Order: sequence, then structure tokens, then C-alpha cells
Amino acid sequence: MTPDTSPAIEASGLVKTFGDTKAVNGVDLNVSRGSVCGVLGPNGAGKTTMIRMLATLIRPDAGHARVLGHDILTQADAVRGSISLTGQFASVDEDLTGQENLVLIGRLLGLKRAAVKDRAAELLDAFGLSESGGRLVKTYSGGMRRRLDIAASVVVTPQLMFLDEPTTGLDPRSRNQVWDIIRALVSGGATILLCTQYLEEADQLCDTIAVIDHGRVIAEGTPAQLKASVGSATLHVRLIDPSQRIDAEAVLAKQMGVVTLESDPAGLSATCSDPTEAAGAITSLAGAGVGVAGFSLGQPSLDEVFLALTGHPPEEAETTATPTEARR
Amino acid sequence: MSTDLTGPATPGTTTDEAAVRKAIASTVRPSRPGPLSAALTFGWRGMLKVKHVPEQLLDVTVTPVMFVLMFTYIFGGAVAGSTGEYLNYILPGILVMSVLFNTVYSGVALNTDLTKGVVDRFRSLPIWRSAPLIGSLLGDSVRYVISGLVILAVGLVLGFRPEAGVPGAAAALALVVVFSFGLSWLFTVLGLVLRSPNAVMNAGFMAIFPLTFLSNVFVDPATLPGWLEAFVNVNPISILATASRGLMQGNAAASDIAISLAVAAGITLVFAPLTTRLYRKG
Repeated sequence: MTPDTSPAIEASGLVKTFGDTKAVNGVDLNVSRGSVCGVLGPNGAGKTTMIRMLATLIRPDAGHARVLGHDILTQADAVRGSISLTGQFASVDEDLTGQENLVLIGRLLGLKRAAVKDRAAELLDAFGLSESGGRLVKTYSGGMRRRLDIAASVVVTPQLMFLDEPTTGLDPRSRNQVWDIIRALVSGGATILLCTQYLEEADQLCDTIAVIDHGRVIAEGTPAQLKASVGSATLHVRLIDPSQRIDAEAVLAKQMGVVTLESDPAGLSATCSDPTEAAGAITSLAGAGVGVAGFSLGQPSLDEVFLALTGHPPEEAETTATPTEARR
Repeated sequence: MSTDLTGPATPGTTTDEAAVRKAIASTVRPSRPGPLSAALTFGWRGMLKVKHVPEQLLDVTVTPVMFVLMFTYIFGGAVAGSTGEYLNYILPGILVMSVLFNTVYSGVALNTDLTKGVVDRFRSLPIWRSAPLIGSLLGDSVRYVISGLVILAVGLVLGFRPEAGVPGAAAALALVVVFSFGLSWLFTVLGLVLRSPNAVMNAGFMAIFPLTFLSNVFVDPATLPGWLEAFVNVNPISILATASRGLMQGNAAASDIAISLAVAAGITLVFAPLTTRLYRKG
């Protein structure tokens, strides 16, 4: 097997335990070169721990994995020589300028003094940061930090990129900018493992999606396959009178997929495989005498994906995964 | 190009898709830097921080300068008979204190890197795994030299004149910096074990502050109660202060220098491997 044709990632039975918690509990994963694999799951599902094992930052307690043909335990150095990691919390140095951050990484990867300056300028330009390259990163907005973070990950083009929740905490406009960058990377042929909490993000950017819950992969497939099992859309309905919710639930349950009662006492939602079903459902509600204050059609949220796949909404782990927590 | 809802895009602030594609098109990997080169790059990073965040260096330097002024002019007459004589006694000790205070920040900086996630990126790079640690401490040593020079300059302005001249002062500074390099491994362990930069700072100063005061930096231990004198005499900080005084006045005892270096070497031998192990383990 030559390294160049081996899969980007082949992992089987990965386990990592912190204290009493099984953060990752037997994960199998296959990612082929040139594809974008999304790992979708709520906070604390084990996404970050999985990435940290594959990027050789922590050793698995059980199982094994090869990254680009290199064993993560016995050939960790070769793995590190062909990947890049963009952490969940923009892993750039706040006390340096954007330009200095890129020069630092470039020098550490072996670029010569003159070449590294040119490379930093080229990347700042491409990532829309040339105006702010001379400013300290602590003055950057969240979106600028993420873009710099991703730029730092491609100072020397890696064969595989790990992106851990690249848009968590960003406003919609910054999120779109980061998505544009990821799309550009993908069209340039990059192989990416992308962790996210957002179905929409995985749907937009990924070729395959693995849904992870409690440290296990609970569903796998293309975005189309996943949505076929979940329903491609969700109808949200707000009633005029909350006391009619039980009637509305009965009507929707008969015509549509899984019905969820929202925290708003007058709100409920239902999955559907075809948006035209929604129009019929609204008509039936009116026919049953249920007053509708408003309705909207959207993509299913992570909650609904989980409800459809597991029968329960995603449970947030008790600890939020700060880098310090994830280390322990 | 991303669409801009608020008006025409400012050049230099938006992502250029074609440029991103072009930027990642080249897949030539440069050959890896050697261990020393990687460590020196981390040292350079430390220098940049002195430039961009001078407050940190200032914090730990202003306190010792205040001590020089306060102790010399308020207690000098009472403790040593005259302010000039007391300045000669206290300045080499304050040099020790000033540089030792800086070592706590080596642990604080490492913990900051950990909590901010920067360490994750460094650990995912194909470099010598101890390079970030050794390099940062090399960079910190430059900080130690700067803070020592500030104290010496303040002393000279106030009338401190080391009898052994520039070579004596340089030797004393060198000894103190070498000792601090050793001691900083203790604080890097704290930096890797404790949960926040503030916790490292508090724990660090809780240790270093009393140890500095329970030494001969400020007063001749002969004036202390017997039990305290006994402790002060074996405190390595006392021995280091005595050695640095001796070097500046040209009458240093070889044993004091040897003990100071041995303590630094001992701390390094125990805590450097421990730091490295904790750092690699993540």
C-alpha cells in the first residue's frame, strides 16, 4: 500500500476515556482523499476528542487509526507532517499580529526567511486580511480570527485538514465568509474533516456526514441520505391559542413525519420529506378549526436530526469543552 | 467573492476565492527545521511579546524598582546606618528578586497558551516536541536580562557602584539569569497542572514572595531570631543573593556560586523532564 492512494482516514474502534466519561466510545470512520467529511453532533458528543486523537495530540485508550496511511501511534511524526489542525477556539497567538502568526507557523514548518514573508502576504491577501495583517490579533473580530486560523493551517498546504467547529459563535455574515473559504479549499482539492453542530453547515459543505452521539457514530451517509431519513424540511407552526396545540399535534402527526412540541407553548414543528406536504398540512389545520398565527418552513435542526435518529433530543454533556477540559 | 450586504466591499477585507485556490495549489513541502532552529523561532516569538505586551515586563520590574527606592530611603538609615551603605547591600539582592519574579511569568505564559488553544496547534506541527518549551524559556531569559539591567541602571543612578565594575555586575547578572532559567522549570510545571493563568500567578507568587523575604535580600540574617536565621541561611535565594553581592564587590565565595548553580541544575533535572512529559501527554 503506497501512502498516496491510502484513504485519508481509516479509524476503527477508537476509545478515549476521561475519568468515568467515555468521551469516544468505539468510533469507526473512513474518509477518502479529496472529500469533505462532516462529523455532526452536539457539544460533548466526542467530536473534539476524536479529532485530537486523529491529529496525534492524545493517544486512544483502544482501537487504531491510520491517517494518510500512517499509523497514529507508531508514525505520529509522519501524521503531523501531512495534516493541519484548526482548533475549536481559534488557535492563534493573540499577542502577535496576524502577519507574525503566519510567519511563526511558516518558520516552524521550515520556510526560509524571505519565502515566509511572501507566503504570509499572499495568504493575508487571499483571506481578506491584508488590511489588518499588521494589527495585533487581540483586536480582530471573531470572523477575522477564524480566517487567520484557517490561513495558518494552509501556510504549507496540508494533505488533510481538521476543522473543529469553524463557525461556532460567528455571526451569519462571518459564517458565510468562512464557508466561502472552505468551499474554495474544497474546490482546490483539499481533504477536510469538519466537525460541526449545524446540520446546515454539514449539508452545505460535506460529501459525507457521520452523526456522532455519546462517543459513537449513530448514522453515516451523504447529506441526501441523511435528510431522507430525517425529512428534508421542517414545518414550524405557531398557534393563536396554545390550548389547541393538542389538536394541531394530532392533525400534523397524521399527515407528516415526527412532530415536536417546541418550548413555546403555542409552537410545534413537524418534519416532512417534501415541502408541498407542508401546504397541505396548513390547509388541514384550518379545516380542523385550529387557528394558525404563523408558520415557516426550514431545514431540520440538529435537535430534529437527533430526535429522528435516536428518539431523544441531543443531551449536552455537563462539561463544556474548553481546551483545558478537553485536555483532561 | 463573498457578498457584502452593507455596501461595496473594501479591498483587503474580503476573501478572494481564486486567490485561496491558488494559495493552496502548491504542495511543495519545505524540509523541516532542525531542533535548534525551531526552538529559536519560539524564542523570537517571546521577543515579539516583549515588544507587543511590554506591560508584562513592566509589572514585574516596577515592583522591584519601588522596593529599591522604598527600602533605601525609608529603612536604609535604620537598617544599615546610611542609605548609601544600604543601597550597596540591597541592590544585588533586589536584582535577584526582580529576575526571580519574572520566572513566574514563564509558567503564566505557558498556561495562557494552553487555555487559548495555541499549544494544540504547536503540538500538531512536525517539530521537535520540546522546542516550544526550550525556545520560550530562551526567550524568557532575554526578559530576565532586561529586567536585571533595569535594576542595575536604577542602582547606578541612585549611587550604587559595584567594586568589581562592569565585569562583576555582568557576572552577577549572568549567575542570576542561569539560576532563573533553572527555577522557571518549576513554574512551567505549575503552568501545565493548574487550570488558569491567574491560578499560576497566585500560586507562583505565593511561593516566591515569602521565599524572597525570608532571605538575606533585605536584612542581615544575624539580626533575626535564631530559628528564622537558620532557615534564611539555607534558603537558596540567600545563597544566590550572597553570591551576586560577592561577584559585584569582587569577593565572591566559590562555594556560594557552586551551590547556586547546583540548585539550578537540580531543579532543572527534576522539573524539566516532568514539564516535557506533561506537555507531550497533553
